[in-house]
Formats: sequence, C-alpha cells, structure tokens
Amino acid sequence: MSQGKISAVPNVATPSAPVVFNPDICDGCNTCVEVCQIDVFMPNPEKGKPPIILHPDECWYGGCCVNDCPRPGAITFKWPLPLRGYWKNKATGEIHQI
Amino acid sequence: MATWHDYLKEQGHVPDWPYPIRYDQEQEIDADVLVIGGGIAGCWAAISAARQGLNVVLVEKGDTIRSGAGGPGCDHWCNAPANPLSNVDPDEWAEHMADRPYCNGIGIQIQCRENYDTLLELEQMGGKVRDTDDEYLGAEGRDDKTKFMISPRYTKVHSYVPDMVKPVTLKSNPDKKLNNVVIRVWGSTFKPALKKECKRLGVKIFDRVMVTSLLTENGAQGGRIVGATGVNNRTGEFMIFKSKVTILATAGAGSIWLISTELGGYSNMMSRTITGDGTVMAWKAGAELTTMEAAGVLRIATGLKHKWYTGAGDASYENVPLVDANGKRLPLPIQGWVDAGAMVPTPEVEKKIREGIMKGEYALPFYGDFPAMPEVERNATWKLMLGEESTTKIITKTFNDAGYDPGRDLLQSYRFIEGVSLAQWGEAGYGGSLLVDWNLKTTLDGLYAAGTQMFAPEDHSYAAATGRYAGRKAAAYARQVGEAKISREQVIREKARVYAPVKRSSGMDWKELHAGIARAMQYYCSEFKTESLLNMGLSTLSKIEKESVPLLFALDPHKLMRSLEDLSLLTYAQIIIHASLARKASSIPLNFRRIDYPTLDPPEWRKYLTIKLKNDKVKTGELPLAFWGNMKKQYEACNKDYTGVYKGK
Repeated sequence: MSQGKISAVPNVATPSAPVVFNPDICDGCNTCVEVCQIDVFMPNPEKGKPPIILHPDECWYGGCCVNDCPRPGAITFKWPLPLRGYWKNKATGEIHQI
Repeated sequence: MATWHDYLKEQGHVPDWPYPIRYDQEQEIDADVLVIGGGIAGCWAAISAARQGLNVVLVEKGDTIRSGAGGPGCDHWCNAPANPLSNVDPDEWAEHMADRPYCNGIGIQIQCRENYDTLLELEQMGGKVRDTDDEYLGAEGRDDKTKFMISPRYTKVHSYVPDMVKPVTLKSNPDKKLNNVVIRVWGSTFKPALKKECKRLGVKIFDRVMVTSLLTENGAQGGRIVGATGVNNRTGEFMIFKSKVTILATAGAGSIWLISTELGGYSNMMSRTITGDGTVMAWKAGAELTTMEAAGVLRIATGLKHKWYTGAGDASYENVPLVDANGKRLPLPIQGWVDAGAMVPTPEVEKKIREGIMKGEYALPFYGDFPAMPEVERNATWKLMLGEESTTKIITKTFNDAGYDPGRDLLQSYRFIEGVSLAQWGEAGYGGSLLVDWNLKTTLDGLYAAGTQMFAPEDHSYAAATGRYAGRKAAAYARQVGEAKISREQVIREKARVYAPVKRSSGMDWKELHAGIARAMQYYCSEFKTESLLNMGLSTLSKIEKESVPLLFALDPHKLMRSLEDLSLLTYAQIIIHASLARKASSIPLNFRRIDYPTLDPPEWRKYLTIKLKNDKVKTGELPLAFWGNMKKQYEACNKDYTGVYKGK
C-alpha cells in the first residue's frame, strides 16, 4: 500500500499506458515523440529520461514508436485488455493470448 | 515512470507544457507551390514540384517521417499494369478497373500509366521494392530475374464489391494468364525515404502544423486559392502561407460516426488525425465536391471491434486458409494463389457459413491456418505482407514476442464471434471529396488535389502516382501565374476562429463535442435515411454549432488541434447530410439507403451529384458517370510532355 501523499486527481485516461518504457534501455532520444502520428508523447523535462505518455487515450496503435525505436526493448507495446489477440497450438490445441 | 500520473506522483506537480507557447504570433511563408498534407500523396506532390525547380512548402499535421495512412508501411503496390511482369495492357486494365460505378477514372488511368515509374523512383530514393536479399526464393509470384514479388491479388478475380465480380477476358490477355498487376513491397521503408528526398530537394517542411483554412483572392468564396493559414499544434503559433498554387493532399474523415477511446484507445482503421480538414477548407473556399453521400460500413478496429484484423485475425483477406475450431476448412475464399485474388465471399457463402455455425456444422472460433501453408508462402504472408503493411507490423511483432509461431500455431479470427457492426456506425472518408479534372485541378483556380482528396480514391500507389502527377501539373500552373495577394481581413477572421477555444478554460472538451456529432450522425444519417430524419440531423448539427461550439475549450495547442478537428468533423457531417438529401434514390455501390426512395440505382439516378457553397448557400449539381471521357485519349492529350522515370539529380 502506498505510504506517500495521496493527491486528488481525476480518473486516469483509459487505457492509461499503451506502451511501457524500459528506463534502463531508453536513453531519452525522443525518436518516438517525433514519429508518433498523433503526438501521444511529450519529451521528459529531464534529459535522457523516457518520454511521458501525455495522451494515451489518443493512441491508435500504429506502432511507429516501437518500429522506429533505435534501442530495441526500450519501448514495449501494451495492448489494452480488450484488444489482446489469441492463438492456438495446432498440434496440442492449447490456447494462448498476448 | 512514463505515465502522466507517475510524473505527478513523483514530482508532486503536473509537467509544464514542453514547447514554447506562441499563441497569436504570426509567421509568414512564401511558396510557389504549397502542399497541404505530408502523407504519401503530399510527399510525392512536393517531390515532383521541387524537381521542376520551384520553391515548395509542405505542411503536415503530424511529422512527415511517419504520417498519413501509408506512414507506417504498405505491403501492396496495386494496379501496376505497366510493370514488366504484367500480362495486361495498362490502358485496358485501367478501363477495366474503372468499370465500377462511382469510381474515379481519371485517378485510375494515372495510377495505371504512371505508378510503375513512381515505384522505380521510389527505389532510387531508397525504398525497398524487390526481394534483393533473396528471402523468398521459390515463392509463387517471385520473379528470379527482376526479384519482384508479384502478389496473387487481382491475378484472376478482382472485386471488393460483392455482386460485382464480372468474369472478363482482357483483349491484351486472351489466354487468361495471371494478370500480374500487383507487386508486394517493403512499404515500411517508404515514408522515411520520401521525407529524405523532400529535404534533399530543398522542400521546406513544416511538421506539426495543422492547416486550418484556404485563403482566396480578395477573400472571396470561389476565388483563386492564394495560400492557407495554419496553427502549430505544439506551440500554437499562427502560420500564414502565401502560394501561387496549392495542392490539397490531406485525408478523409474516418471517425465521423463513432468515437470510443475508452474501450481500446483510439484504436481505429484511421487515426484521429483523419478528420476531413482538407475537404472542409476546400468546401468553405467554394470548391465543388462529389460523392459525399457515399458511406462505408465500419469494419474493424474501433475498440468495439478487434484490431487483429484480416491476416492477423481474419485471414480470409490475406492468403491464409480459414478453418473452424475443429480444423475443418471453411468455404471462404482466400486472397492467395488458390483463389487468385478473390477478396470478399459472396453473400451465399456468408449465409452458408452462418447457417453452418447455427447447425453445429462449423465450430467457433475460426482460425487462420498458417501452419497448413507452404513455408515460403507463409513467410511471404506473415513477414512481408503483414510485416510491411501499415499498422500490422506491430501486430506481428507483438505476436512473435509473445511466442506465436506461424509454423506451429493457428491465429484466431474474430469473424462472427465479435458480431456485426451496427448499421449506425458508418464510416466516411473513402468516397466523397473534391471534383478534379485531367490536370487534377479542382474547380477552383490555384487548387489541385491528390490522393484521398480526389473523389473516390484508391490505395497507396494511387496516392503516390496522383501526388506525383498533381505536383507536375501544379508546377506548370505556378510558372504561368503572378504573385498571389492574400486578404488580411480573411486572415484576421480565421485567427479569431482558430483561437476561440484557447480563450476559455472550461465549457465543452473536444471529446464530448466529437461524441455529440457522432451521435447526431448515428441517429439521423444511418441506414434509416429519410428527408425528415436528415433534416433533423441538420437541425441537430446546427444546434451544436450555435450552442456547443461557443463552449469549446482547449487547454494547450494539442487540444486546440483536436478542437479544430472537431469543427472540421462538424462541417463534414453537414456536407454529408446535404449530399444525402440531394440523392433521392437508394444505391448499392454508394452504400446509400433512403427509406423514402427505396428503389435501388434507378437509371435516372446513375450519376454523380456535386455539391458546393456559393455565397455561403449550398448548390448541388450533377455529372454523368464516366464524365471524364475516353481515358486513354484524355490522358495522352494532357501528358504529351511526360518524360517517364526521373533522371535528374
């Protein structure tokens, strides 16, 4: 349980995070900020840090941020729960989901 | 930490706006050729005009590097009958493809004549169009000499429209060899190559600028277009572009019937940026539009429907055989070599499968049987087609990363289990737009159109070829005309309109306004169209305009852009209803149903309806089908000076 200060904030946007940054890999180059068609991100005020996801609800899952990232693994797509696809192992019949 | 609320929690305050704010400040830019929209058509228009040595300015709402419907990628270069492996004559193929009601014969002829040259130029710029790495040796359609990968699409059958598949023998292909008119390409390489070429040629690019209006000579509706205004969606700076000629290369209006960010984000076939701004600014300037009453059916990826579409979900579209949950093959056509280009099942097949499901003959869900495909064909589908097509690149990557193996695993399809779209969820943006002539000039002097801004647009290579063509023709016009003079009064009026939402900090936000417009369209402009319902729609939209628009507020330049986009959507919706009132008949190819005029496609209504503003009053007109005349003759008469593939530096 969070022991920190609790602020009064409105509900966060849904979905709140269409992508996840790995701060150990991301060097804050902001390529993703530039290639995003709809300006989902803003550069982090602190240089070298991952961008901030400012407009997560506008993400249309075009994928350019991940596709063009020069540091693979720095950004991972996090599909909203209702959009996670399924597949089935043809031999065993086992069902999987993203 | 990367989300906004993480930042708040860690820093104890919300982040400052990351860009300088320049509301009300003006920047004035002069151009010979102004290109509005930096997608595929816009980039090609800018490149083509710059190659004529003119001063070209390109303005783009996103960033030209990846913006537009073709920004993330493209897997098929369609209608390329001039390619060396084609077995059909380009002019005959163009005529055949234009043998569909309400298409655009001008654009199709340009595409068929010039898109192979366009493809070779793209290759010169660094776009990948051949299997140079020999990844797909032995794949059907791969030519070992040229290393082109011919697609099965259209090789025998070609129609997107049920009931309109016509068996045809082309004179140029009497033995009915495969047509070979579509080439598989590595489209994710295209957009960066196009931006690089624009820069190399000295095109001045203004990214993150939304164009808000066209400027006309003396500010008069119907006058020559002499420039445009815009607003930077990061800084809020006001941009004034003066131009001798302007090319409109913006998008349609995808989400006019529906907004849903809660269910799956703005997951949609067309991103939120696709809001019909260009069509609306041309309309207000007095340009004539056509086919605005045509509507699409909302298909996939809206949050309400699944994003993993077609090959990545509904494999009937992309080469993959579909099976039921017990592995039984379904009688759906696949678009692969087996069915040679069939894209849509007939209503009979659809009915048979639906009845089979109800009787227990077919078990749900269905799956794309990738493992059943020969390895090289599977790779060509999964890695090349789905890997290079627009937004499916990230889908295949996500599946791969999660452990999916197309050689081992069946990919789930969402056909049937996700239900059909409500008829109230329409889709605009791929039918109506500006009327153009054989120079791709609109009905206004100084204004040309390309790609989706031409009525009845087609695909990626169509946007490329028509953009390239419009750039050439607009450049020729720019050489003949004098300097343009803009009307300061018109600029001042537009500035007041643009900045109104940032002068308020509460009232109505852009999402609520969008949802209100969409609801009006769902109620009054759906499958149940009648004169009185359509008029109620106009009244509702007019009430929104009078009562809600003055409440619209925007807290920063980004939300200002979204708010201005809503105003585009609002006008676009009104144009659709005006056009719908004008067509007093129903039509299958236009997907247009009037309950009060139920007869389908009566002969006297087989015509284009045109619509424009004159002195701010709506005027409608009409044009016969195929009004463009003999396609081959008209094209040749207009392009005696065409020099083929670019050989300059």
